[in-house]
Amino acid sequence: MGIETAIGSPAITTQLDKVVNWARKYSLWPMPFGTACCAIEYMSVVSSHYDLARFGAEVVRFSPRQSDLMLVMGTINTKMVPILKRIYNQMCEPKWVIAVGACACSGGLYNNYSVVQGIDQYIPVDVYVPGCPPTPEGIIHGVLKLWEKIEKESVKDWK
Amino acid sequence: MSDIEQSLREKFAEDVMAVSDFRGDLAITVRRERIADVGAFLLSPEGGAFAMMLDICGVDYLGREPRFEVVYHLMSLETKERVRIKAQVSEGDPTVPTVTHLWKAANWFEREVYDLFGITFSGHPDLRRILTHDEFVGHALRKDYPLDGRQELSRPTPFAEE
Ligand code: SF4
Repeated sequence: MGIETAIGSPAITTQLDKVVNWARKYSLWPMPFGTACCAIEYMSVVSSHYDLARFGAEVVRFSPRQSDLMLVMGTINTKMVPILKRIYNQMCEPKWVIAVGACACSGGLYNNYSVVQGIDQYIPVDVYVPGCPPTPEGIIHGVLKLWEKIEKESVKDWK
Repeated sequence: MSDIEQSLREKFAEDVMAVSDFRGDLAITVRRERIADVGAFLLSPEGGAFAMMLDICGVDYLGREPRFEVVYHLMSLETKERVRIKAQVSEGDPTVPTVTHLWKAANWFEREVYDLFGITFSGHPDLRRILTHDEFVGHALRKDYPLDGRQELSRPTPFAEE
């Protein structure tokens, strides 16, 4: 097969994007921005029964500088917004955001003076997971949807 | 007439403005200027030793005069009795004496009532907003505050203030 036979058996040719995206999607390091009940659901996602480790995303980091996936799980109010933005800005690229639950996606139940009607008003969101709260399967489905997105990216997209 | 009501009527006479005893939930409205004195009496052994301040809340009866009410929820750890003390507050002069010197727990409760209703507590050691952020204008639980009156904050709230 072309160049691979010419240079010998241990070599495989591929595209840089494919290798990098393959590595990135199987080693997401989540930063849990859990502010309410949805974060409780996330605890079962990372625990042994649902086990997010099967999808390579079990290394939960509470430091945004060591993470590339921000999971916003819970109600965000206006007082919290500057903190949310600061933590998002502290994450190194490439980085992705999943809005977990109705609250993070749209404000959920709470249409009042204090609750943000969707975090996408302030930070970019890649995947929205509906539900109040979403089931653990739903959150895992969100991670798999993010994989599909990562597969379509290019190394040139990120700084 | 319950014992608490009787002893309050004896001690404070006409400062006790109204009493309601709905299915065992005793609520006594007193003149707001005397709230700290009533509190000190209820805290003392002869007043029932109501040592636990469960909550202080504000109520906005928009359209009524006086417009606001502050409700103190007390519990006695000795008799396990509960009582609510109410003070009516007008919109023109929304001030109530503090009870922080009697119950330490009252500190944050009074800040909450101040934050959300704009009722000030004279003599409070540190009357700042506690729930809404410090750039917030107005008082969110007043009935005439708009439901969607969101106000943005420009910077993170400091965790500790010197
Ligand atoms: S979406 Fe529902 S479960 Fe999730 S944080 Fe909001 S209220 Fe709680």
